[in-house]
Amino acid sequence: MEPVFALAFGVMVAVAAYLLMSRNVLRIVLGLLVLGNAANLSIFLAGRLDSRIPPLVPAGETMLVGGANPLPQALILTAIVISFALVAFTVVLFESAHRRLGTLDAEAMREAEPRPAEKSVTEPRRSAPAKVTEHA
Amino acid sequence: MMNADLLLTLPILFPALGIALCALFWSNKNAQRAINLAASIGLLGSAIALMAAVHDGTVLVTRFGNWDAPFGIVFVADMFAAAMVLITGVMAVAVGVYGLAGNIEPKENAFYHLLYQGLLLGVTGAFLTGDIFNLYVWFEIMLISSFGLLALGGTRDQLDAGVKYVTLNLIATTFFLISVAFLYGLTGTLNMADIARVLPTVENQGLVTTIAVMFLMAFGAKAAVFPLFYWLPAAYHTASAPIVAIFAALLTKVGVYAIIRTFTLLFDGDAGYTGPIVAGIAIFTMVTGVLGAASHFDIRRILSFHIISQIGYMLFGIVVATPLAVGGSILYVIHHIVVKANLFLLAGVVNRAGGSFDLKKTGGLYRTMPMLGVLFLIPALSLAGLPPLSGFWSKFTVIKASLDAEHYILAGAGLMVGTLTLYSMVKIWNEAFWKAAPENATAAMQSWQADRRTRLIMLSPIVALACVTLTIGFFAEPFVDFSMRAGAQLLDQSVYIDAVFGPAEQLAEVNP
Repeated sequence: MEPVFALAFGVMVAVAAYLLMSRNVLRIVLGLLVLGNAANLSIFLAGRLDSRIPPLVPAGETMLVGGANPLPQALILTAIVISFALVAFTVVLFESAHRRLGTLDAEAMREAEPRPAEKSVTEPRRSAPAKVTEHA
Repeated sequence: MMNADLLLTLPILFPALGIALCALFWSNKNAQRAINLAASIGLLGSAIALMAAVHDGTVLVTRFGNWDAPFGIVFVADMFAAAMVLITGVMAVAVGVYGLAGNIEPKENAFYHLLYQGLLLGVTGAFLTGDIFNLYVWFEIMLISSFGLLALGGTRDQLDAGVKYVTLNLIATTFFLISVAFLYGLTGTLNMADIARVLPTVENQGLVTTIAVMFLMAFGAKAAVFPLFYWLPAAYHTASAPIVAIFAALLTKVGVYAIIRTFTLLFDGDAGYTGPIVAGIAIFTMVTGVLGAASHFDIRRILSFHIISQIGYMLFGIVVATPLAVGGSILYVIHHIVVKANLFLLAGVVNRAGGSFDLKKTGGLYRTMPMLGVLFLIPALSLAGLPPLSGFWSKFTVIKASLDAEHYILAGAGLMVGTLTLYSMVKIWNEAFWKAAPENATAAMQSWQADRRTRLIMLSPIVALACVTLTIGFFAEPFVDFSMRAGAQLLDQSVYIDAVFGPAEQLAEVNP
């Protein structure tokens, strides 16, 4: 069973990497989502898949015998909640960026780091002297 | 004398309380300001108490829910962690006071104070935790707060910067989570002391090295090392002065802390393999950072690139791995946090009094405010490493350590980058202070001089931090001594492991 899951993990990371390299921010969000789920799968795999018995300690016992590993499940629950919150924030941020900047193309978002050529366009007129020489 | 449980939980309790109270009083700006300041002072006070308890070399441990060590989450404070928490407290108060000047005016109601405390909570938790998955959770708390702080203003450039900052940081933390999963699969435990105990016994040491490099990439992206630093210069210069000051002080340093912690405690075995990689990373980080700074004319962008450049020095400890080098790295982190945050606070003053962050549109500050020039020179020359300021002692220690260990290229790069740092600082000095003021700057200067309260609020944390820099510079002995002992403590893993697991006989019964 584990090789199948390991393969699925690899495919998911590959898909995420492909989506993240896209210039469209919508695809980037999807990439982050897939990558987060790949991480959850890797935690699940790391906890071993050798048992299908629910990890319940029988009444009167103090040790768990033969049950599935409960720790990865707790970790994944935590990770799912965190990645849900972060992706929700990301979607809102990307949407407001889309609305304000009018583009979904990450390459076209140059507001914070304008290209030198674009600088004279975005800056107010008065502050654009032909060329400011560096002070020695 | 408080007990260890209280000492270790108070530094995270104050910011957590601050968040809750700020959320309760979300409509009242003044109440939020008071809560923010009170929680920051509480953090500083508890950090001082923590430092008083561990400065002699004891390692404090608390086990949450009273679960025995490998099973529950532990908080551990050794000298390094306590020093980081203390400096976080100092920064929290200094930048918190500075923020009262209303630099974030239109955004202040949009949960600035809440997110500020959230950032402190995440950072402090990351410094204190002894559990690798818990470290991931603190990272995320820190991240979501920084996302909020960065996008607070909602201006066009902030949204643009936010897209890049959020994307690259989310990839980095997810990568960290995958690394944690692999490490767990290999060792079957998440407790860092337990991992340190189990790792040398793992059969497949090649896998351990692979995971070490994965952690290096994940934390390296957080610490903004070459070539993973692109999120930092894309984002930092868009936030307002107090926000970028606290970012500059704390965010990348958590990454550095995590690198130093994992590579002294967990992956210390194969330094022959990871050492040259980290050395290359350190050199490229220093050089690209300082060259990037040389090409810019916005103060905030110059300083942002210098953060990257300085991160390279902090990696010397991992490359050289002698007590002197690790101690030097610790001293460097402490010195750098104070100096860099102070420079960003000064950038805020230059913007207020000089009219712009852009060096081409400001000037003449030395004529109108000579004392501000002196205040600028203290952190600026300290950053460049001029004696007798704090930067000199920290650079001296890391470079001496690398020369002792015959890492000549590393030491040479460090010295050269120091000179180039001086170039950038002189550029800021020439442009903002010496050059004649452009005509549009006079209005800003008049409003600055008319507003006595703002001046007092903005300048007092700058003066205080400059005093810290001078203290480290002129009374270097106790700070150097502390860093050396903290470095030696880091390199002796058994101190940490024994503190977490308690007496040896208990150990055998837990892990038969």
